[in-house]
Amino acid sequence: MRLVVDLTRCQAYAQCVFLAPEMFELHGEEALLYRQEVPDEQLGRVRQAAAACPVQAILVGEAVIAGAR
Amino acid sequence: MPGDLREGPIVIVGASLAGLRAAEKLREEGFTGSLTVVGDEPHPPYDRPPLSKQVLLGMSAADTTGLPMRRDPDADWRLGVRATGLDPVGRQVLLGDGESLPYDRLLIATGTRARPWPQREQAALDGVFSLRTRDDAGHLAERLAAGPRRVLVIGAGFTGSEIASACRERGIAVTVAERGTAPLVGALGGTLAKLAAGLQRAHGVDLRCGVTVTALRGNDGGRFTGADLSDGSHIDADVCVIAMGAVRNVEWLADSGLAAGPHGVACDAGCRAFDMYGIVTDDVFVAGDVSRFPHPLFDYQMLSLEHWGNAVAQAEVAAHNMISPGPPRRPHLAVPVFWSSQFGVNIKSVGVPTYSDQVVIAQGSLSERRLVAVYGYRGRITAAVTVDMAKWLEYYQGLIETAAPFPPAPGAADGHPLVTEFALPSDVPDSKGLSHGPTVALTGHLPDRRLTVVRPAG
Repeated sequence: MRLVVDLTRCQAYAQCVFLAPEMFELHGEEALLYRQEVPDEQLGRVRQAAAACPVQAILVGEAVIAGAR
Repeated sequence: MPGDLREGPIVIVGASLAGLRAAEKLREEGFTGSLTVVGDEPHPPYDRPPLSKQVLLGMSAADTTGLPMRRDPDADWRLGVRATGLDPVGRQVLLGDGESLPYDRLLIATGTRARPWPQREQAALDGVFSLRTRDDAGHLAERLAAGPRRVLVIGAGFTGSEIASACRERGIAVTVAERGTAPLVGALGGTLAKLAAGLQRAHGVDLRCGVTVTALRGNDGGRFTGADLSDGSHIDADVCVIAMGAVRNVEWLADSGLAAGPHGVACDAGCRAFDMYGIVTDDVFVAGDVSRFPHPLFDYQMLSLEHWGNAVAQAEVAAHNMISPGPPRRPHLAVPVFWSSQFGVNIKSVGVPTYSDQVVIAQGSLSERRLVAVYGYRGRITAAVTVDMAKWLEYYQGLIETAAPFPPAPGAADGHPLVTEFALPSDVPDSKGLSHGPTVALTGHLPDRRLTVVRPAG
């Protein structure tokens, strides 16, 4: 699974950093960095983070597979 | 809705963020016909903002930035193949492999590419990079991990500044050469550009402004060794990154009769492409970085935006309109929003800072490196930029959308008086003086091409 954060929406509430610290990190006061590739063991935490984000900026989903129909 | 709009075929040219979001939206709204997405890169859609941040910092590998799908768009992905032409009468997209794809409706989402270094031999030196694609980022990250002695970044726009920031964070010496007066001056104007210059210098960047790079030098083995500057100085470095902005991918449309030019493909508020006579088409749509569209908040000037949020919003409007009959069609009126993180701060912008004549620091201060700058044009608010104060952006977006008077009333936001008592000139330079392009360009009202009929006398 992959994730993307809409940083246009992100306001650095940092709920994701608390819930999935291995996936999300604040760089300075409010610049969010994140890992795009979600390992299976992190999926539960990442889903919690996506649900808890006050501005709903986190999207988790399958990656596009080239050639897939 | 007439049945035929839900059928196809629909072709999307461009397999990045805008192409993917449009494809998802078409299915979400009930499109059942065949859908083909053409992309010139061999990779499925991936996210670009992390390429100049996480990837260069060594936190993520370049090949892990693939975008998640909101839903499977059930598309035929034609990746690694370039669109080479468009026949709007026969409704065919011509591909580099000789094939042609028939369409009923077409979405152009070909985006931009990195502006190349003009001297081809110099650009081919080992150690000279651009940063636009996932492959670019992978190669550059590898070279940074090897510990170069110095990196030269040409261009101090957002990408160049983020690259310099990543280098410093990794402890790599870096020189930034910018033709304009300061980093980010083309996007934010002179006042905030001073803050950007201070940030770079405080983090140990060797920042050279008001200079151009006149030549890239290499050794006999074809390896980059340094560059000459217009002030007569020379920089020794073993990596060079060309960050001179973007070029819009419109060449394949040269014979299409569409209003396609250096600023992109002109379209109306409903994302329908204009032809070269300024007549709107009904079956060719445009979205993302390659488009230019009129925005009512900015005097209906045509805007070319290189913003993530615009690619998403415009792709969704385009997709909706592609399968909607006239009245339910929606306009693309999203207010431009942009962000960058560099040198430990988060810079966000709403509105169009370059559409301004004055600026005021409404909250925070330059010295704290935490502030809100509000921009005005002829007495109304047209943009706001926050440095580490992103939560205020929404408030100022409301003021922009309602054309609130500039300067904002003292205490309008948080009860404190305005930090600067008087508005300063926003000092937006002519973008021709920059090493990089601006990420928002106001491109006037006119289509890019006009025809003249010359009749020989007698």
